[in-house]
Amino acid sequence: MLAGAVSRELESVVHVADLRKTFRVPVREGGLLASIRSLVRREHRLVHAVHGISFDIAPGEVVGFLGPNGAGKTTTLKMLAGLLYPTSGEVRVLGHVPSRRDSAYLRRMTMVMGNRNQLQWDLPALDSFELLRAIYRLHPDDFRRARDDFIELMELGDLVRKPVRNLSLGERMKVEICAALLHLPDVLFLDEPTLGLDVTMQKRIRAFVADYNKRRGATVLLTSHYMADVEALCRRVIVIHHGRLLYDGALSGLAARFNATKTIAVALHEGTPDLARYGEVVSSDDGVVTLRVSRSDAPRVTAELLRDLPVADLTIEDPPIEDVIESVFAVPKPVE
Amino acid sequence: MSAIASPAGGQGVGRPRLVGRVRGLIGVYVQEARNAVAEQFQYRAANYFYMIGMIAEPVIYLVVWSTIAEQQGGSVGGFTPGQFAAYYIVWTLVRSMNIVFTPYGWEWRIREGQLSAQLLRPLFPIVEDLGFFIGWKVVVIILWLPLAALLALVFRPELAPTLLEICVFAVAIWGAYLIRSLNQSTIGMVTFWTTRVGPIFELYMTAELLLSGRLVPMTLMPEWVQILAGLLPFYWTFGFPIEALVADLPVERLLGGLAMQLFWIVVGAVALRFIWRFAVRRYSAVGG
Repeated sequence: MLAGAVSRELESVVHVADLRKTFRVPVREGGLLASIRSLVRREHRLVHAVHGISFDIAPGEVVGFLGPNGAGKTTTLKMLAGLLYPTSGEVRVLGHVPSRRDSAYLRRMTMVMGNRNQLQWDLPALDSFELLRAIYRLHPDDFRRARDDFIELMELGDLVRKPVRNLSLGERMKVEICAALLHLPDVLFLDEPTLGLDVTMQKRIRAFVADYNKRRGATVLLTSHYMADVEALCRRVIVIHHGRLLYDGALSGLAARFNATKTIAVALHEGTPDLARYGEVVSSDDGVVTLRVSRSDAPRVTAELLRDLPVADLTIEDPPIEDVIESVFAVPKPVE
Repeated sequence: MSAIASPAGGQGVGRPRLVGRVRGLIGVYVQEARNAVAEQFQYRAANYFYMIGMIAEPVIYLVVWSTIAEQQGGSVGGFTPGQFAAYYIVWTLVRSMNIVFTPYGWEWRIREGQLSAQLLRPLFPIVEDLGFFIGWKVVVIILWLPLAALLALVFRPELAPTLLEICVFAVAIWGAYLIRSLNQSTIGMVTFWTTRVGPIFELYMTAELLLSGRLVPMTLMPEWVQILAGLLPFYWTFGFPIEALVADLPVERLLGGLAMQLFWIVVGAVALRFIWRFAVRRYSAVGG
């Protein structure tokens, strides 16, 4: 078992073991009196943002990192990127300890944050690209090839010639992602890369990330509140909540683990009878009735529907991933 | 869809050889300076008003000291009105060259999480700051020339530097820029512990005002103040570059001044690197 763990660690691009991050946060009541009191006696509270999580990610994997707001996703990503020092635990990415911020490590990774602007605001993105070429010491030919490919793949066209301040949020995000990948990193940490973007723009960025992963064999760890991002890109998900790891496995296994229901959609040849006795009726539109039943009852209810009713079509599905995630996030915070 | 370029064999990643690293660093400075020039030229009017505002301060000093000199029979402490004019007109250039990324900038970066983007790059953040302000100075010097000509026309400076003095001045203004950049970035690091750095910076600026030659030429100060100023970095960022050009300093004092600047650059760089090692561990990346 120990040998297995060691071999997994050796094969991993990202290795995290019992990682913890605790913040010491000043607290006080509102009001002037409390403010004056805090002059003499300042109170602090320890916030355990990440509470002993462990996982490994293999080369080329695209992993979805899920959790509600405040779960510890971004804190974990920041520790992996070397922005934050862990309180304890072990982190290795590409064999480097991120918090040391070795140049050799920073040249092989990137982090894209949905709300962060790496581009120079008053200049066209092309000027920022040139600066990145100098910083990462890219060979001019390699740089030009990567830049032109990205401009084409993202359909940026003349956007890179406009001052960044004149771009829309979506346009800026596309340019931002190109800038973050110009040095062709092996590991991508993407924190809400499609935040606030319209559906078309989200699709474009998803396709770009998928293409980059496929062509470069890059390892990707992605957080997103849009389940469409996760479904399109990730076969494996890691779910954390209250700083603890709740699930690490296939996306398809999430429903089985956290949602004890199945959805049965049944279309009848004639009429729309009341099917409440078979399960909870979720909707009834255009002759198609959708039922929610417990996972264990699904085979029996299906057999009864087929036996009792003139069924034209019947499908059994896991509930939408959003519903599954909602169930996961309903897990109460453990008592410490 | 064309293939994404591949830096085969790591060609795209620089090799950790010293020559390569130095060339790479120069490349960053040049590109950052080019971007700064392009950016600042977009704001010509704002920069001009900024320069005019900056020139108001030495003009007030100049008028006051010139008036006192005339009332005292033509000079104060050996300074004639023409020498005061030379001192404060050169002052305007030195002050412009002395503009650096301030501790307030660091405070903003650290409090708002803006430092994150820079920490993700394989580069010490101050390199980008230095490069940016070098570029800005190119713009500032271009804008300064007509203002200096106007001041010279009005106040008639007495200025006759030798070639050596011009050369020492040219080096000293960059030395001053480096010392101030390193000192102010080091003060900015305090934000990692205190979240706000303003009061500490104000204290620094007050000391600088009194001990640098910014308010008044140091030769007009009491002797003990002059001795104290020589032991601190402030004088070497203001008074020394100005005096190198306008006062007839002997060669040994000119070269000694450059040596003192080098000393303070080394002290500043070592202090900044040392504090940075501990400071960056406290970064909470909030908001970024």
